[in-house]
Amino acid sequence: MTPILAAVDPWIFAFSFITVAATLVMGYWAAGKSRTASDFFVAGRGVSVGWNASAISGEYLSAASFMGVAGTVMSSGYDALWYPVCYACGYLFLLLFIAGPLRRFGAYTIPDFAEGRFDSPLFRKIAVIFVLFIGFFYTMPQMKGAGTTLAYVFKEITWFGTQGLPYWVGVVVVGSVITVNVAIGGMKGITLVQAFQYWLKLFAISTPIFVLIAVHGGYGSQLKKNETSQPTSVVVAANAQAQPTVLLASMTNGIRASLPASAPDDATWINPFGRLSSKAAKAAKLSAEESRPYALLYTYSLIIALVCGTAGLPHILVRFYTNPDGVAAKRTTMWVMILIGVFYLFPPVFGVLGRNLMPSLYEGIGSKGTDKVVLELPRILQGTWGSVLSGITCAGAFAAFMSTFSGLLVSMTGAIAHDVYGRILAPQSTATQRMQMFKWCAFGVGAVATVLGCFVEKLEINFMVGQAFAIAAASYFPLLFMSVWWRGMTMKGAATGMLAGGVCALGAVVVTNLSDLKLVDLATFWAAHPLVRILCEQPAIWCVPLAIALMVVVSRITRADVPSDIRMKMLVLHAPEALGLKQEYVREHEGH
Amino acid sequence: MDFIHSEEFLTELQRRQFRLSMACAASFLTALLALPLLNYFLPELMARRVGGFPFTWLLLGVLFFPLVWVISWIFIQRSIALERAEAELARRHAAANPR
Repeated sequence: MTPILAAVDPWIFAFSFITVAATLVMGYWAAGKSRTASDFFVAGRGVSVGWNASAISGEYLSAASFMGVAGTVMSSGYDALWYPVCYACGYLFLLLFIAGPLRRFGAYTIPDFAEGRFDSPLFRKIAVIFVLFIGFFYTMPQMKGAGTTLAYVFKEITWFGTQGLPYWVGVVVVGSVITVNVAIGGMKGITLVQAFQYWLKLFAISTPIFVLIAVHGGYGSQLKKNETSQPTSVVVAANAQAQPTVLLASMTNGIRASLPASAPDDATWINPFGRLSSKAAKAAKLSAEESRPYALLYTYSLIIALVCGTAGLPHILVRFYTNPDGVAAKRTTMWVMILIGVFYLFPPVFGVLGRNLMPSLYEGIGSKGTDKVVLELPRILQGTWGSVLSGITCAGAFAAFMSTFSGLLVSMTGAIAHDVYGRILAPQSTATQRMQMFKWCAFGVGAVATVLGCFVEKLEINFMVGQAFAIAAASYFPLLFMSVWWRGMTMKGAATGMLAGGVCALGAVVVTNLSDLKLVDLATFWAAHPLVRILCEQPAIWCVPLAIALMVVVSRITRADVPSDIRMKMLVLHAPEALGLKQEYVREHEGH
Repeated sequence: MDFIHSEEFLTELQRRQFRLSMACAASFLTALLALPLLNYFLPELMARRVGGFPFTWLLLGVLFFPLVWVISWIFIQRSIALERAEAELARRHAAANPR
């Protein structure tokens, strides 16, 4: 058995280790300064716009953004570009319709808002359920990122006779470290740590690209290499698809290495409606011409899920409050848009370079596939530089999944300890008992997330994140959007719409995953009904309208239940903060 | 009942804010939702190469981000101005009709 350290690239190990250690140490150092829950929520008061914007961006960019986008662009080409663009647009959508009113209302989380808007503790409990569903779906891709990264860092070691660290070991190790850290209170969305991690992630994704581009040629010229035979008509694409086993040498320029059989051909990869969106139609053996409407439907459903779903991510909204006043919050948001936009330019470049320079990744499955292109690609620069740059991207990957997983774990554990235990199971419990419960819940949630993470090696990181967004889009987005802008909403209407939309999306997504992981065999059914397959894989296009329609209809039927002080609530949601209506509203409520 | 708490003020407030948000959303949603249609109906045009990039790749993978920046900048400027105007309006009414 090889000694562990001798078999690991020292640069990669050092960079990864320093990132993990720095994150933990900074977390403890900052956590020692702020102990109470209100400290956490108002952490940003007095923090400058620049720091706060970096912290929000650091929290937003998960393993899906850092590793997943590059991997999906490499495997699916143009179709995958919707992910980074819609992640950025989703943030804009949140800014336009939801962030301002929720900030004025003073609701820190969606369950807070659900209770305050409808004066209903019961509705709070219903709303909490989806924090957990969306949270678990969002932790799975983070765990895939963790397993993939550790399997890459320790790929040379011998593990009980076989070479390389198994995927599940990485998931368990990272899951345990972060869970213990959160349980003992080491990391609670500290501004400093998150801000540091944004700049680390941006540095880690951009530096290797600048070096690789300097050596191998720019973004445009790399794309130019993917031009087998000017695919000007669909018929050409159809012919290419009909012979997937043919090895595609680069025919026109001879620069690119030949692609393995499992790689999509140039026409499918670089043009819209390629592998990702036309997969279902292809499985049904439809012709290229017939499959295009299906691909268009898939694309629209994906866009709706990603743009609307951002509003429902449990760890994003809280950060809108960490500015002292509304104007500073808006300026911060402008910088967040710029910071995340700049970041999202880079991962697709990694995907393009990966296709041209490291096509062997197409043959890998699970954690050895295209999802690790960000980690592995810098190694094509031979020698120390390759190792150093690969170490830097590994450090960025650690920063990505650690920050997001910790943030999610805190939100989900808070939901269980505070809402399920503190309000439902044991309303008489003391503060100490609740703190105790927080720790046990953290272990429970961390364990479930880790176990789920072990099962998803075969699913792409980005694909899973898209599913979490679809569930959020069908449950929380309609709730927030309609409650903020329509005063006729009743609690029953909101609950019916949110539950129906969310449960339908959840069910559709679970069925898709069970079949993709081969736990349930539905291949023949999907082949016979490609439309059903698309609507299950990307349910947003029917679940979001369904939720909104139910909200309107049920609210109309139960219109007698509209809260009596609805005008005051709407005023608090919409009137400028300078008028001080929030304080007046709180006083009135205390007076009752 | 003073002006701030009147139906009139609230309706106007919500209407103006919604119009601003909708105008900004419409501009980026038009771009976002039109792109798949352009890809669908004009594949040759969208596949034309510009500096190595297929035209549609350049639009989606690079130029979309500056568009998002411009829209958020306009929205933030307008919405700060709108809030200021609303607060001013409310104060003027309060000064004109002291209780």
